[in-house]
Amino acid sequence: MTFGLVFEQLLNGVQFGVMLFLMAAGLTLVFGIMNLVNLAHGSLYMVGAYLAVAATAWTGNFALGAALGLAGALLVGMVVEVVALRTLYERDHLDQVLATFGLILFFNELVAIVWGRAALYTSLPAWLQGHVELFTGSRYPVYRGLVIVVGLLVAVALWYVVTRTRIGMLVRAGASNRTMVAALGVNIRLLYTVVFGFGAALAGLAGLMAGPIYAVQPGMGELILIQVFVVIVIGGIGSIRGALVGALVVGIVDTLGRAFLKPLLGSVISPPAAEAAGPALASMLIYLLMAVVLAVRPEGLFSSRGS
Amino acid sequence: MGSRARVVFWSAAIVLLALLPPVVAALKEPFYLDLMRRVMIFAIAAISLNLILGYGGLVSFGHAAYLGIGGYAVGILAFYGVYSGWLQWPLAMGASALVALAIGAVSIRTSGIYFIMITLAFTQMLYFLGVSLEMFGGDDGMRIKTRSQFSGLVDLSDPVAFYYVVLVLMLASMYLVHRLVNSRFGMVLRAAKSNEARSRAIGFSPYLYRLAAFVIAGALCGLAGALLANHTAYITPDFMHWTRSGEIMFMVILGGIATGAGPLLGAAVLLVVESLLAGWTEHWQAILGPLLILSVIFFRRGLAGVLPGARDG
Repeated sequence: MTFGLVFEQLLNGVQFGVMLFLMAAGLTLVFGIMNLVNLAHGSLYMVGAYLAVAATAWTGNFALGAALGLAGALLVGMVVEVVALRTLYERDHLDQVLATFGLILFFNELVAIVWGRAALYTSLPAWLQGHVELFTGSRYPVYRGLVIVVGLLVAVALWYVVTRTRIGMLVRAGASNRTMVAALGVNIRLLYTVVFGFGAALAGLAGLMAGPIYAVQPGMGELILIQVFVVIVIGGIGSIRGALVGALVVGIVDTLGRAFLKPLLGSVISPPAAEAAGPALASMLIYLLMAVVLAVRPEGLFSSRGS
Repeated sequence: MGSRARVVFWSAAIVLLALLPPVVAALKEPFYLDLMRRVMIFAIAAISLNLILGYGGLVSFGHAAYLGIGGYAVGILAFYGVYSGWLQWPLAMGASALVALAIGAVSIRTSGIYFIMITLAFTQMLYFLGVSLEMFGGDDGMRIKTRSQFSGLVDLSDPVAFYYVVLVLMLASMYLVHRLVNSRFGMVLRAAKSNEARSRAIGFSPYLYRLAAFVIAGALCGLAGALLANHTAYITPDFMHWTRSGEIMFMVILGGIATGAGPLLGAAVLLVVESLLAGWTEHWQAILGPLLILSVIFFRRGLAGVLPGARDG
């Protein structure tokens, strides 16, 4: 186990973490502001991935395809909000969970009808295929590096928009008192639609960036969604700062666990036992982490709603 | 709607269910016996969820976990050549209760959306554990060659006998939950749901009551898992898939939350609609999804709220 290998896996963890963050930020924003539990957030991730793949094949240009996929996710998100979710803000969480569960079934089947059930694999354009040498003996894929940079840029932009701009001010005001903001003459319904569409676009961005790394297939959204729940529970609901910290912790713990738990266990217990226990334990690691955090802080690390 | 409608409803339901096997045999349609047995097994799972969700207000999105644990208990014992149902079924319930105790101890400390997410996450963890159990088939699961044996008392490989076993267990589960929610224990549980602060003020800490209900519900659902494993003669991690949890939850809501007959009605309607749609198109989930959304938005009382006499167990 060389330092280079550990460093590379650490970067992979950060890369997974920023994708979790893009998902978690939208989900926590929608929950903090509209008090809506949106299980279908993973579907928007999947829609972003599929639309980007289709648009890339259609235009023949990766960047253009990504932009179209992003716009498509934004649009789908806003339509879903207006058609299905708007009536659910006043309902309890149980109704929201069931209705958005219905949305998941619908979207998974819809993409299966359009694109089939088999996984799609996409190839990267030449300028994203190479590796960069970080230091002697350690090379890292350009594309994964790009994902990290984009994710961190979005995190900074999100912080700026929410805390330093007028629309961010409205968003925060809407989170603390919907009626008051509406009374001051702000079109709160429109604001909600825009925020939801924005969250959908973030999920779509995560999805389209995931496309070339993982397989694009029906149900891909739910796998990451449940990990995003772990992120939000650890970070604290409604807190974007918590989402960032939680996402990076979960991303790094999960990646390092999958890479190094088996060899580490192998040096303590017998190799065949480690062969069996390693993968099982690695896939359970983030849930155990969540249990520990909850036992110490039931409200998560940064439990400040709406900030 | 008094008690007369209730007596009529329950007598009719029990007579209809008891008469199904001879009717099905006369019509030579064994498929419906199979379907109804499946409905009643899922009804047991929904009855157990209704105890914590309906009466306790604990929105658990991970109830399929116990279906899986109950199923794997039967499957793993059968794998090692232990076929006795006297051992398999209590073990299925005991293991489910133990896991429910661990999950409940952590998650009941939280509430609201945290609780939903945490129960879902823990179930996903168990799902991945099932996938990684290469010895017991991993992702593909494994076949259970021999159904549970009860020292010659009943033979589960006889579909009609198995049907009546499930029917009796379902009615017993309904009766158990009915007695529970109307006992002192159930009063505290329901009081904590409707007003936690007030129930604390009169001296009841809800935590232990909720945890106890959570464990009982887990054990009961573990029994449903043992039955389901016998029904399908197969066990896979898909028993614990999160969509399963969603389906059980939907059965409770569709049937009518916190009602006696709701879980059975919900399970019957959902599984019958599913099998009708699945017979019609491969893409039935694209139709089921919007139906689910519409029923949440427009059909809030549930089936038991519409049928006279079905509200109370």
